[in-house]
Amino acid sequence: MTHKTDVVIIGSGPVGLFAVFELGLLNLKAHLIDNLDRVGGQCAELYPEKPIYDIPAYPKITGQELTDKLISQIKPFEPTFHLNQQADSIEKIDDGWKIVTSEGTTINARCIVIAAGAGSFVPRKPPIDTIAEFEGTSVFYAIRNKELFKNKKILIVGGGDSALDWTNDLATIADVTLMHRRKEFRAAPDSVNKMLNLEKEGKIKFLHGQLKSLSGKNKMIKEVKYSHEEKEYSIEVDYLLPFFGLKMELGPIANWGINLNENLIKVDTEKFETSEPSIFAIGDINTYPGKLKLILSGFHESALMAQKCFAYCYPDKKNVFRYTTSSKDLHKKLGL
Amino acid sequence: MGKIKVTDREGKLHELEADVGSTIMEIIRDAGLDIEAACGGCCACATCHVYVTNDKINTLDPIDDDEESMLDQAFHVNNNSRLSCQIEYKENLENIELTLAPE
Ligand SMILES: Cc1cc2nc3c(=O)[nH]c(=O)nc-3n(C[C@H](O)[C@H](O)[C@H](O)COP(=O)(O)OP(=O)(O)OC[C@H]3O[C@@H](n4cnc5c(N)ncnc54)[C@H](O)[C@@H]3O)c2cc1C
Ligand code: FES
Repeated sequence: MTHKTDVVIIGSGPVGLFAVFELGLLNLKAHLIDNLDRVGGQCAELYPEKPIYDIPAYPKITGQELTDKLISQIKPFEPTFHLNQQADSIEKIDDGWKIVTSEGTTINARCIVIAAGAGSFVPRKPPIDTIAEFEGTSVFYAIRNKELFKNKKILIVGGGDSALDWTNDLATIADVTLMHRRKEFRAAPDSVNKMLNLEKEGKIKFLHGQLKSLSGKNKMIKEVKYSHEEKEYSIEVDYLLPFFGLKMELGPIANWGINLNENLIKVDTEKFETSEPSIFAIGDINTYPGKLKLILSGFHESALMAQKCFAYCYPDKKNVFRYTTSSKDLHKKLGL
Repeated sequence: MGKIKVTDREGKLHELEADVGSTIMEIIRDAGLDIEAACGGCCACATCHVYVTNDKINTLDPIDDDEESMLDQAFHVNNNSRLSCQIEYKENLENIELTLAPE
């Protein structure tokens, strides 16, 4: 099925979210695409609990609170979210653009707004030369099908929530070893206690260590070497699940033929349009003289971008500038 | 203005001028050495990982929970590993010796 909309926003960080609002005020409908399984970008993924002090009118607001408030602010405009998928390719069509995601979702839109931050969040991979040989067959950074691990020897590495949650979960069906460089964990206390109990009952094993190398054949690992306090050890495993958090990578956007400057997209400061007409870039992903990577700047950029999107979507209509305080028309749009 | 000594990933030694109040990450980054520091010093990326290779390690403030947790997402972590954005340069760190951790 092909969706049709006015604007596709790539990235649902704070800036992508607020863009829905500014576009909505001008009657423009938006679809958002994000790699992550939830919205909020860096604010929700990297620092949900940390307070931000420079959002106008909020002396103090955490990353998650800001995200929640943005979601409620844009609700009247009923944006459509396509999460857990990457915007992979774009193609020029008659009346705009066709965007295809990694999950095969296809959206036709008049304009594209790239609000991709520092790129897609992707798993941080251990720097082991041979790891790529085993990825997708014997090494997994995310788990889709638990059945694969039934009665197998699994090595989970890491000390955060994902590592602990999967250790606790897979303990019932597989022979699980958890490895971490120290016996302290930055995970929910409940999961930590559960894991420690499983260890006490002999249902999982815990190892101190850091990954060194992998060997095996036919895309399946046999042996993992690891080190602890300058000594090397090895363990036989069928599957390796490394959980070292996420990092941001520009990804497919680099291949879209848009002018870049060191992984940032060059825009003008009137419309925040890229070298490709009707493709815009706002928030951390763009660059222009004087750019500051602040949420505040991204919000401002959204408002100006929306004006130009309106001109593309309604070439014959004049856009009358109005305030949300007093415009009956805007109140209607906001559902008041 | 003080000095710090940084060995890059090719093994080349650099003597960098250091301002009190800057973080070690900022000093290394602003000198143009190859340190990713993706989060800009927010203790949210672990890509400013360095090893402290002389006895100045004993002069540093101890690692706090935030930094230790973030180091969990780094690789090749040793006893002398630190996140350089969490170390503020002070006069007593003059001539601290650091090596950039592998990427
Ligand atoms: C620890 C920390 C503290 C900070 N403190 C402050 C502060 O106090 N004040 C302040 O103003 N700023 C602060 N910042 C910076 C602020 O978080 C960023 O400026 C802001 O998140 C940028 O928003 P954005 O919407 O442009 O991008 P992001 O928040 O980076 O979101 C981009 C989204 O796009 C998605 N994406 C990218 N490419 C694709 C693709 N091809 N397909 C699908 N999805 C894609 C990503 O997965 C991501 O979710 C801080 C940052 C950090 C890390
Ligand atoms: S720069 Fe990101 S943790 Fe230091």
